[in-house]
Amino acid sequence: MDIYAVGISYKTSPVEIREKLALSPEELTKLKNLLSFHIRELAYISTCNRVEFYYWGDEEGIEEIFTFLEEAKGIPKDSFKDYFYIYSSEEAVLHIFRVASSLDSMVLGEPQIVGQFKDAFEDCSKLGITGPIVNNLMSKALAASKRVRTRTGIGESAVSVSYAAVELAVKIFGELDKCTACLIGAGEMAELAARHLKDAGVKRMLVVNRTLERAEKLAEELGGEPLPFNRLNEAITESDIVITSTASQTYILQKEQMNEIMKKRKLKPIFIIDIAVPRDVDPDVEKVENVYLYNIDDLEAVVEENKRKRQKEAQKAEAILKEEVSKFMSWLKSQEIVPVIVSLRNWVEEIRKSELEKTLNRLKLGKKEEKALNAMTNAIVNKIMHPVFVYLKQESVKGDAKTLKETVKAMFALEDEHEDKDRNQR
Amino acid sequence: MEKALLTATLVLYAFTTLHYLVYILYRNEKVQFMCRLSLAAAIVLHSSTIVTRWVKSGHFPATSLHESLSIFSLLIAAGYLILELKHNIPVIGAFVSPLNLIFFLAAFFTQELPKPLPPALRSHWLTIHAATSFLGEAAFTLSFVVSVVYILQEREIKKKRMGFFFTRLPPLNKLDDLNYKILTVGFPLLTIGIITGAVWANYAWGSYWSWDPKETWSLITWLVYGGILHGRLTAGWRGRRAALFCIVGFACVMFTFLGVNLLLPGLHTYSSM
Repeated sequence: MDIYAVGISYKTSPVEIREKLALSPEELTKLKNLLSFHIRELAYISTCNRVEFYYWGDEEGIEEIFTFLEEAKGIPKDSFKDYFYIYSSEEAVLHIFRVASSLDSMVLGEPQIVGQFKDAFEDCSKLGITGPIVNNLMSKALAASKRVRTRTGIGESAVSVSYAAVELAVKIFGELDKCTACLIGAGEMAELAARHLKDAGVKRMLVVNRTLERAEKLAEELGGEPLPFNRLNEAITESDIVITSTASQTYILQKEQMNEIMKKRKLKPIFIIDIAVPRDVDPDVEKVENVYLYNIDDLEAVVEENKRKRQKEAQKAEAILKEEVSKFMSWLKSQEIVPVIVSLRNWVEEIRKSELEKTLNRLKLGKKEEKALNAMTNAIVNKIMHPVFVYLKQESVKGDAKTLKETVKAMFALEDEHEDKDRNQR
Repeated sequence: MEKALLTATLVLYAFTTLHYLVYILYRNEKVQFMCRLSLAAAIVLHSSTIVTRWVKSGHFPATSLHESLSIFSLLIAAGYLILELKHNIPVIGAFVSPLNLIFFLAAFFTQELPKPLPPALRSHWLTIHAATSFLGEAAFTLSFVVSVVYILQEREIKKKRMGFFFTRLPPLNKLDDLNYKILTVGFPLLTIGIITGAVWANYAWGSYWSWDPKETWSLITWLVYGGILHGRLTAGWRGRRAALFCIVGFACVMFTFLGVNLLLPGLHTYSSM
């Protein structure tokens, strides 16, 4: 019995395969049928970048998953089998922890995966396909992911141009809810940046465009106020954040103009993001006091630098995960002995009860005395067995749980554990 | 006894400084908690040394270099703790605590027994004058630190180098607002300090103002900070310009506080008191 991770991701397969194999909500409910002697406990996760199965069982389970997919999706398993990667034991645990910590993500450190992982885990436990081992595996994966997030800077700095713009705005203005932003011109990236700023809490949004109709339309989309192009200076004076992205061949904002504007602004800091090519803002504008000017190259350099930072942080994260994996593995090993401990305890308990009953029947004691005898025998049994159980758990973590199991079973003439039957009934 | 208390305080301040430096590196919440705890403990111990001295000598302990440095350092520490609890800006602590440690070390190595005060100076005015002046100067010290942090952060953003400080230091506007708030507390305190000083001088020496170097430099300091506040309210001097002026202002504070005593003789010289 071991932990297995079977799946496909953006690394091993094209999106056409992944979308074909992702389970629909109705198919999800069928996952229960997948539980068998080979797959004791199961979890399933699918995002736009991956479709994965994690289970507690043995190797034959892999084939059962392929057969399940073949039947559910109606496509022959040979057509998708080769895209799958299969990890077992420690490697599987490491893979699962890496997925939860966003180390396996396309954008390193992106935060959505944590929520997706949590949801997948909840769905699976609602379906009743998880069990004690997979439950612990998933919650330890989430705990490891949280540790990675707080101990390293993996999710810290923005890795897209529009988010980098928002991050800079926050570093200049703090809370954005008192800020006014201004979008000059149009363009996909500019609009995206404006939208991100709006989401980050910008209070007011002005939209300036050469054609007022276009300004009105954009303003409506962004929840802003349209302004004609001849009121450009006025708009900039009122704004704290300016995004320019016009098709103008000349600078629309010069240094002299900016000096005037800053005087009117009483030197309040202003953040200008120039994503137009050719540039809209004279680079000399940057020399004006309290003006922070970033063009597209500057922002891209920031993004590159941040990506490099995340790579560096990822190394720290790997070290943390290694630690977490080994902790989990020793817990897992201690679990192997649990069934034997359970049957040993049951056996002892049965003896105690039957002997106690015999004695009590013979003695005809009062309720109080019966209670006292019961407590006493209980205490004796517990005191004798406690060090035995502790020893078994410790030794099991250290290594060979299998021989240990056999020895204990032989020593006390225990029958085969009931765990298999119990699990299959569920 | 006093020596032992001072040594314990020194150890706590050093411990606090170390923790703030660790905090700025790793930004760990547990470390932040330790910073606050040890700073609060240091302040309690430090206050007890000052109260002991006050009770023993019978006058407000600000009449020697040691006493002045010690009380100055206590006010900086306490002022910073209030700022941190109100505004949650623990990275500033990484700048305040080493500076404060220097002041405290200076106090530590200039220890001397309290001297009796000449009868002319025994007055409640001493307490009011010294307390308000030192409170004002401690506020300006905090303003200086916030300004230095502002300049560091501004450089990162202007130079487009998102380095060590960029991620760690607070946003520019927050620092600017904080600096303004500190100035609006510090400036009135210094004003009261100067006025009460003049009133007291009239009682003790018979004239309100005698152009003693300390008086002159206090006036210069007052004018600099008055100018900063005036510029801010009328012409909108904020951000970098305000921060640079606050650094200049702090240089005046330091000269008034230490330079005058060490370099220029006058009525305020500690030994002559």
